[in-house]
Amino acid sequence: MTLGSRHARLWLGLAVGLVWFALLLFPLLGITPDGLTLQATWEVLKSVVLAGVAIVGLVSLSHLPAAGGIRRAVGAAQAGTTAAAARVPGVVWAVLMLAALVAYPQLVGRYGVDVAVNVLVYVCLGLGLNVVVGLCGLLDLGYIAFYGVGAYTYAILATQFGVSFWVCLPIAAVLAAVAGACIGYPTLRMRGDYLAIVTLGFGEIIRIVINNWMSLTNGPNGIISIPPPGFYALVFDGGVSLEHILLRKLDQMYYVVLVLAVITVIAVRRLNFSRIGRAWEAIREDETAAELMGVNTFRFKLLAYAMGAVFGGLAGAFFAARMKSVAPNSFSFIESALVLAMVVLGGLGSIPGIVLGALALIALPEVFREFEQYRMLVFGGAMAVMMLVRPQGLIPATRMGKRGEDDA
Amino acid sequence: MDYFLQQFLNGLTLGGVYALVALGYTMVYGIIQLINFAHGEFFAAGGYMGVILLSFLASQGYMQTHPWLCLGVALFLSMGYCALLAMAVEKVAYKPLRNSTRLSVLLSALGMSIFLQNGLMLTQGVYDKAYPTEFTQGSITLGPVTISLMQGLILGLTVTLLLTLNFVVFKTKLGKAMRATSMDKTMSALTGIDANRIISITFAIGAALAAAAGILVGLYYGSVRYDMGFVPGIKAFSAAVLGGIGNLYGAMLGGFLIGMVEILAAAYIPHGGQYKDVFAFIILIAVLYFRPTGIMGENVNDARV
Repeated sequence: MTLGSRHARLWLGLAVGLVWFALLLFPLLGITPDGLTLQATWEVLKSVVLAGVAIVGLVSLSHLPAAGGIRRAVGAAQAGTTAAAARVPGVVWAVLMLAALVAYPQLVGRYGVDVAVNVLVYVCLGLGLNVVVGLCGLLDLGYIAFYGVGAYTYAILATQFGVSFWVCLPIAAVLAAVAGACIGYPTLRMRGDYLAIVTLGFGEIIRIVINNWMSLTNGPNGIISIPPPGFYALVFDGGVSLEHILLRKLDQMYYVVLVLAVITVIAVRRLNFSRIGRAWEAIREDETAAELMGVNTFRFKLLAYAMGAVFGGLAGAFFAARMKSVAPNSFSFIESALVLAMVVLGGLGSIPGIVLGALALIALPEVFREFEQYRMLVFGGAMAVMMLVRPQGLIPATRMGKRGEDDA
Repeated sequence: MDYFLQQFLNGLTLGGVYALVALGYTMVYGIIQLINFAHGEFFAAGGYMGVILLSFLASQGYMQTHPWLCLGVALFLSMGYCALLAMAVEKVAYKPLRNSTRLSVLLSALGMSIFLQNGLMLTQGVYDKAYPTEFTQGSITLGPVTISLMQGLILGLTVTLLLTLNFVVFKTKLGKAMRATSMDKTMSALTGIDANRIISITFAIGAALAAAAGILVGLYYGSVRYDMGFVPGIKAFSAAVLGGIGNLYGAMLGGFLIGMVEILAAAYIPHGGQYKDVFAFIILIAVLYFRPTGIMGENVNDARV
């Protein structure tokens, strides 16, 4: 294909897309009792046109012959850095990255830490969902329910019985795993898309039950004044004493979730490259063949569900402790879709991809605050576009071993 | 008994709406084995298109003189609009993925659903939009039960649309082509049927029915909301599965059953009203567990994957 026709195709695609979007918008004009106002529609259309032209313009520029030289230079520089980076052992990178993460709250303000805490919570959620969707290939649209189970477990145990956060963490994980197994048991006989809709239904059931079970969950008002985690420390205050200190500061919460996220990353990585992980990947690639090779598909699918739920439950318990309150509307379907969008955008089964996905979907909207309301619109569009142009995600998963298709 | 009859009638009305939406799910699933997550959004878009047209006609003064004619026009135009919208969505988001994995198409559909829903929210606002409902007031008392004019309209229109669809699918050449494509795409292509065109038309018909349901719901409850498509969408899908996905009569039957169960559960089970949304999901799960083929369906759970 010549360069000219590729440009033409790009711009034509944009034009068709914009006409399509306008067609979608055209009937949805603003209505007032005395007629129609077009203002809101033009506003939306204008932003979409601007964004579309900017993106296509960039893509188009990068294909120009003049850009070729720059691209080659960048490519060479990139190859050089990659080669240099490869010479340093991975452990050094991990340590450097960890050091940067540990130092992070000291370098930025309260707002930056707040965003980082959010990102880390979603990293945990994304990685948990990744076990189910990315590794085992089961589309779960009700994943946020486990997050809810974890959050309410801590909220209820802490406010009613005064149980400590650290004790609740494993309890939340176990309860979420039980919920996962309960949902998984009747549904895992189904295939593909049936499973998706049933998990969606289960997610909604759990949300509706939380919303209506007044005596346990306080219904739509939620549970408030949940204590933060605490720990025992030696205090030298005119003598040595062991005191219980509550982690009230956001910086301290950041370190708690950082530890949680790092544990999740390590756990998911270890699972991925274990025997269990290989069984999951076999199920994802071809369930019948996996069964024939001696993989107990039902048991491993159930395990994937429960393991995914564990990470969701842990993240949920932290969420309750951090927000100091929980309410059912934090666990709606749109949250499930958001986590799924992260996993899909980043790359199914790819840990760095999902971290990048969480960063992109949580931190980027903070940067473009004035376009906040377009967030979900962009997510939805990005999800569909991603499937069209790069179904493997931003950072595709690396897989173990060598395959036939790798030779090509 | 009178109470039961009245609730039965209410269930029938709600069920008719679910049946209309369920047909779109079942037709699309029957032909390309995709759960069209965006289908609920066609329903919502239809409801919005209806309120926009009716408000516009009201502002021009036609609503006051010829309300029923206006309703007919609004119904016709919004059905047409949703048909076009569905064809556009199919062309952009599903057709290029015809040969990819099922997960990709499903995610693309989910993305489209979120996209359309938020498109509605951005252009129409987050608040409810009120339908002009003055002309649908009034009721007829038949022995023990009272049929409101609105319920009569919903039932009448639902039955008309179902009969029309039945005629199109089973008596016309287009319907024959649709059935052939859903049975075997390759074979029907060999006999000269353009599968892409048939798939496009299937989407259009399903979305038109959903749009009609959207208007009826808007008139019945008096308002529409940008996220109104989500829960009825899942319920209608449950209805399609209950009846046996891919089967038209099954979807109709399933729709009426789900509507009935929801109303009767709310009426007779203590606290049933709070949990009314749960019953459809429980039925869905129970059906898939005990009889994945649904009431009238053939075996699709393994055969077509």
